[in-house]
Amino acid sequence: MPEDTPTDDDVTAPTPRRNTAPTATDGPRRTEGSLRTDGGQVAETTPSIQEIPETDTVIEAKDLTVHYGDVQALQPVNVRLPEREVTAIIGPSGCGKSTFLRCLNRMNDMVDAARVGGELRFRGKNVYDEDVDPVALRRRVGMVFQKPNPFPKSIYDNVAYGLKIQGFDGDMDARVEEALRGAALWEEVKGQLDSSGLDLSGGQQQRLCIARAIAPDPEVILMDEPASALDPVATAKVEDLIDELAAQYTVVIVTHNMQQAARISDKTAVFLTGGKLVEFGDTDRIFENPENQRVEDYITGKFG
Amino acid sequence: MTGSERDGDGNVGGDNDGDVRADGGDPFASVGGNIERKQRLGRVFVGICFASTLVGIVALVALIGDVLYEAWGWVTLDFLTYPPSRFIENYYPGGRGAGIYPALIGSILLIALTAVFTMFIGVGAAIYLEEYAAESRLKSFIEANIANLAGVPSIVYGLLGLAVFVRAVGFGESLLAGALTLTLLILPIVIVSAQEALRAVPDSQREAAYGVGATDWEVVRDVVLPAALPGIMTGTILSLSRAIGETAPLIMVGAATSMFVAPVREVSGVPVPDLFGSFAAMPMQIFDWARLPEAEFQHVAAAGIVVLLTVLLLMNVTAILIRNKYETR
Repeated sequence: MPEDTPTDDDVTAPTPRRNTAPTATDGPRRTEGSLRTDGGQVAETTPSIQEIPETDTVIEAKDLTVHYGDVQALQPVNVRLPEREVTAIIGPSGCGKSTFLRCLNRMNDMVDAARVGGELRFRGKNVYDEDVDPVALRRRVGMVFQKPNPFPKSIYDNVAYGLKIQGFDGDMDARVEEALRGAALWEEVKGQLDSSGLDLSGGQQQRLCIARAIAPDPEVILMDEPASALDPVATAKVEDLIDELAAQYTVVIVTHNMQQAARISDKTAVFLTGGKLVEFGDTDRIFENPENQRVEDYITGKFG
Repeated sequence: MTGSERDGDGNVGGDNDGDVRADGGDPFASVGGNIERKQRLGRVFVGICFASTLVGIVALVALIGDVLYEAWGWVTLDFLTYPPSRFIENYYPGGRGAGIYPALIGSILLIALTAVFTMFIGVGAAIYLEEYAAESRLKSFIEANIANLAGVPSIVYGLLGLAVFVRAVGFGESLLAGALTLTLLILPIVIVSAQEALRAVPDSQREAAYGVGATDWEVVRDVVLPAALPGIMTGTILSLSRAIGETAPLIMVGAATSMFVAPVREVSGVPVPDLFGSFAAMPMQIFDWARLPEAEFQHVAAAGIVVLLTVLLLMNVTAILIRNKYETR
C-alpha cells in the first residue's frame, strides 16, 4: 500500500514523556467549574528527587480574566502551574489559550484594548501589581512564538541579544554556546555563527528562537504553538527539545495539536469556547479519563 | 497498488487501455460563448494602461531631451565655479566666466540643513505616533491633520516661514529661515512615509525583543528603527528632492534671486555655512536667467536646470543605494 503522507502527529508515537510524578501533596484543587483531586494517583508512583511539592508552584492564576474591549476573552481562570514541568494548554480556536499564555508575561500589555482582571502570581507576587515592571517579568519568563522570528542579525547576535540588554558582562561566547547547545542547534551552526539567522531553515530558526529565549536563563518558557509552522521532522526535534528543557525550566506550551500535548506534557489545561478553563490535571488522566463530557468530546475529536 | 491489479498491457487499473477518448468534437464547445469577447476587452484594457505609462515616459524624455539640447555646450566647469553675471558674453567659453556657483552651494546647504531638521523632527514624530501613542481620537485627529498639511500649497508655507522664522523669531532673510520653512513644507510627507516604514516592521519582531525583556526604547532602537531605516531614508530623500526644486516658499522668505557670493564664511581659514546670511538657491537663479531679455540666457537657464536635475538625480541615487545597502543585510 502507498505510504501515508507523514503528518507531525505520527513522527513519534505518543508515549508518556517521563516518569510523571503527580505532586505529592495534591489536595483538592479548585479549577473553574470542577472540583477534583489527584490524590488517588499518588500511590502509583514512587517519589523521585525530581518531584516538586505543591508549594513550588511557579505561576498561579486567581480569577484571572481578560477583556478585549467589551468582549470577555477569558472567563475567570484559577490554576497553578508546577515548576519544571511541561504544561500544555489545548483547546479549539478562539478559546483563549493564547490569551492566557500572553497574560503570563504580560504580552497583552501591547494590545491597547486588552484589560486584565484578577491576579496572576509569579512566585507569589501578583505581576499585575502597580510596582511590577513587565520588562522585569519578561526577563524571568521568556517566550517562543508561533512563527520563528529571529532578528535580521547574525546567529550569535540573536542569541546574545537578551543577555546584552540585560547587562550581562560575563563570558558572552560561553553563554551563547551554552544556549545554542541547550536548543540542540550548536552542532549545526557552530561554524557559521556570523551568518544571518534568517539563512537557517524554519526548524533551525525556531530552535534559534528557543536559544534566544533560554540564553538569559529565565525560569519559565512560554511557547505559543512553536511547531505549528514547522514540518514533521523539525516538529519532532522541537518536541524532543521541549522534553529536555523541562529538566531545567518550567515550560508552558499552547498547542492545537492534541497528540503533541499528550506526547510532551505533564499537565494539561483544556480551554473550551468562550474562554473558559474547563479542566486541568495530569496529562495522562485528562487524555484517558477526562471528567468533563465536553473535554472528552473535544479530545476524541467530536468537535473542534 | 499490487501487481495483480495490472491488466495485460501493463496499464494500471481500468479497462480503458490508455486510449484517449476522441469523439471528434471540440470538448470546450459547450463552454459559454462570450469568452473571446471578454479576452478582447482585456487586451484593450492592457493597451490603455500601456499608453498611460507611455505618457509619463514620453513627457520625461521630451523634457530632459529639450533641456539637454538647449544647454548643450553651456554647462562648463566655469559655469559651476563662477557667480552669475548680467552680461551674456561672460557665459561664453573663453569669457571672463560666469555661472551658478553661489546658488549651487546655497541649494546644497539649504537641503543639508533641511535634511538634518526633517530627519530629527519627522522621524521623531513618526516614532511617537506609531510606537508609543495609544489609539485614540486625538491620534487620529493629528494623523488626519498631518495628511492634510501634505496638500497645503507651498506658497502658504512660505508665508508661514516669513511670519514665523523671518519676522517673529528674527532669523531674517537667512539660510536658516529658508531651511526651516522647507522643513515645515516636507515634514508631513516625511512623517507619513516614516510611519509607513515603521508600520511595515512586523509585530513578530517587536514581540521577539519584548519577549527577552527589552524596554520600549530598546525595542525601537535595536529592532524597529534598523528595520525601518531604509524606508525612512528613501521617503526622506525623495521629499528632499521635492524641496530642492521649490521656489515659491523661498521667494516668500526673501531668498535673493541672484547672489554673487556663496553663503559661506571663513572661520579661521575653514569655510563654514553662514546660517544667518542671505543666500540664493538654484530654482530662483534659473527663474532670474529665464526672464532676462537676451535669447541666449535661455541656454544659461537650461544649463542651470541641468545642474539642478543632476543634483536631484544624485540624491535619488543615494536613496536607492542606502535602501539596497540596508535591505541586503
